[in-house]
Amino acid sequence: MSSIIFQYDRTFDGMLTAVFDAYARRSFPQMIQGLDEPLPLFYDEVHTVITDEEKSGRVWKALEKKLSKEALSCLTVSYLSELPELDLHLFKYICKNIDSPVSLERNFSDDDILFVTNTFRKVLYERLRMMQFIRFQKAADGTYFGIMEPQYNVLPLAIAHFKDRFADQPFVIYDKKRHYGYYYNQSEVTQVTFDESLPHFVTGKLDESLMADDEKLFQELWRTYFKAVCIQGRINPRKQRKDMPVRYWKYLTEKNK
Amino acid sequence: MTEETLKKLKILTESAKYDVSCSSSGTVRSNTQSGLGNTVGGIGICHSFADDGRCISLLKTMLTNSCMYDCAYCINRRSNDIPRATFSVRELVELTIEFYRRNYIEGLFLSSGVVRNPDYTMERLVRVVKDLRTIHRFNGYIHLKSIPGASRELVNEAGKYADRMSVNIEIPNESSLKLLAPEKDFKSVYQPMSYIQQQTLAAKEERKHFKHAPRFVPAGQSTQMIIGATPDHDRDILRLSSTLYARPTMRRVYYSGYIHVNTYDTRLPMLKQPPLVRENRLYQADWLLRFYQFKVDEIVNDAYPDLDLEIDPKLSWALRHPEVFPVDINKAPYELILRVPGIGVKSATLIVNSRRFARVTSYHLKKMGVVMKKAKFFITCGELSSPTVNELRPENVRRLLTPSSSRKKDDRQMQLPFSNE
Repeated sequence: MSSIIFQYDRTFDGMLTAVFDAYARRSFPQMIQGLDEPLPLFYDEVHTVITDEEKSGRVWKALEKKLSKEALSCLTVSYLSELPELDLHLFKYICKNIDSPVSLERNFSDDDILFVTNTFRKVLYERLRMMQFIRFQKAADGTYFGIMEPQYNVLPLAIAHFKDRFADQPFVIYDKKRHYGYYYNQSEVTQVTFDESLPHFVTGKLDESLMADDEKLFQELWRTYFKAVCIQGRINPRKQRKDMPVRYWKYLTEKNK
Repeated sequence: MTEETLKKLKILTESAKYDVSCSSSGTVRSNTQSGLGNTVGGIGICHSFADDGRCISLLKTMLTNSCMYDCAYCINRRSNDIPRATFSVRELVELTIEFYRRNYIEGLFLSSGVVRNPDYTMERLVRVVKDLRTIHRFNGYIHLKSIPGASRELVNEAGKYADRMSVNIEIPNESSLKLLAPEKDFKSVYQPMSYIQQQTLAAKEERKHFKHAPRFVPAGQSTQMIIGATPDHDRDILRLSSTLYARPTMRRVYYSGYIHVNTYDTRLPMLKQPPLVRENRLYQADWLLRFYQFKVDEIVNDAYPDLDLEIDPKLSWALRHPEVFPVDINKAPYELILRVPGIGVKSATLIVNSRRFARVTSYHLKKMGVVMKKAKFFITCGELSSPTVNELRPENVRRLLTPSSSRKKDDRQMQLPFSNE
């Protein structure tokens, strides 16, 4: 059996174009990977997918006819996990559904469907984590500054929540792992990137000279509250770590002095 | 906002923390024009987890911890010598808003000691939530304690602004309550509960006809019972919970393992440690009532008045009813699959969805997240070859699934008893 590798630009449109190409060429890949990733030692053929919105649009239309809204969002959301091992599962998820006369989105005994669905769940959970654990610090100019390093690229999924919730306050939410963030100016959201060598991007803490007057006091109040609400007779660090993994502690006000 | 506030916050939080309710679920509300905050519904959002592992979702504090009552189990009882403090309405409102803006909290959980009389206290609680909602246009979550014995008018007023209201039962039977909290009785607890229920139902009816009619306590009610302070059986506790859940607006019953805060009071048992395992088992039983379609008498009854501390209540039920098993994963109805130990709501849903496409095998079950260690004794799915509960006898399955408390002794090893002769 010949082994075929598809290389694509790791965009969602690129993935859909790869599906289109596979049907056009009548050959399906054994592996699918990003453009700049090293190729394995042995293979027969490499096909480079050139992302084309017309082709990807046609694949998407075909999927829209077959899949439910939930399954479609399952595809786009799980893609945000950016996991390299998701690529082939996602590819096969799409192909299987195109080939089948009925939607297979609920056939969880299929490995590909189960993997994509589980990834979808994980990404949504990470979105919840972002809503839970981002902490704002008020800067002197009244902007609220929040920084985080989420596991998956969930900022685009969470931003609508923050925009609705904090509609009357300007804020910045920054994903340091992926080097971008959003700025909200009380009317609309824009994507921004900053110079990450600034001290508050390195440590995640605003310098006192940049803080609003009462910011320090409220941080102190919050830390006091966090300590006071704990019941000494029930100390349970294992559960604390399970629900609030240590990887989030770096930017938590209550866990940093 | 000064150092003084810091001290008050510490005192009042330490007084409020024994109330276990924490959820911020049950209401979906978007922000309003030029307002602050929304609520997300679903399972709510927990913003942090304290060192005791309990979630911090709401700013849980009290208006005051001075109290005219002398309930034996309560840290804030009149005869306790603890620092007392009172928040002003302005302080509390500002704290809530500023914490909320920094994404520390989902909203406010406000309770209070009873000063002067129930109505006086309730009125001040209502003022805080009214200020938050009307003056500051706060749309976050508000959980308000209803003071036992407060008048109907005040409860009605409070319900307009709060998302959830609660009255704590604390002690599951009235005679023990009378003994430990002489100033309280069941009437003072159940009356506000039914006020809230009547108003909520009336408001729901209203909203069927007028889309913009105001909501009343949209996230329903909750309550709490203290576990281990009185000799009540789990049977009594769970029977009470199940009657409470039968009421249309009761959403959650919390169980709070009794912590020995007032060590000098001889009416209460001496506990070195709060009964955490029992509390956990009660929550598991509570989940069975709410999500697994169990009836209370299946979990605890007169023959088994207490929950088994070694194994969870679902497994315990399964071992008492081996005649139901093995369950055929590919044919049995959803309700029956849900009863298999090791299969939860999520995996049961995955199973019934998948088996329409192909036979589900034990390989798939493992991938779907079923705990095969437990489930394998109670299911058949074609190829699975492990012996079922009926072949092994329940008592043997029980032994296999009970974690051994101490390290297994190797009895081939020669023992040399050192005795001082």
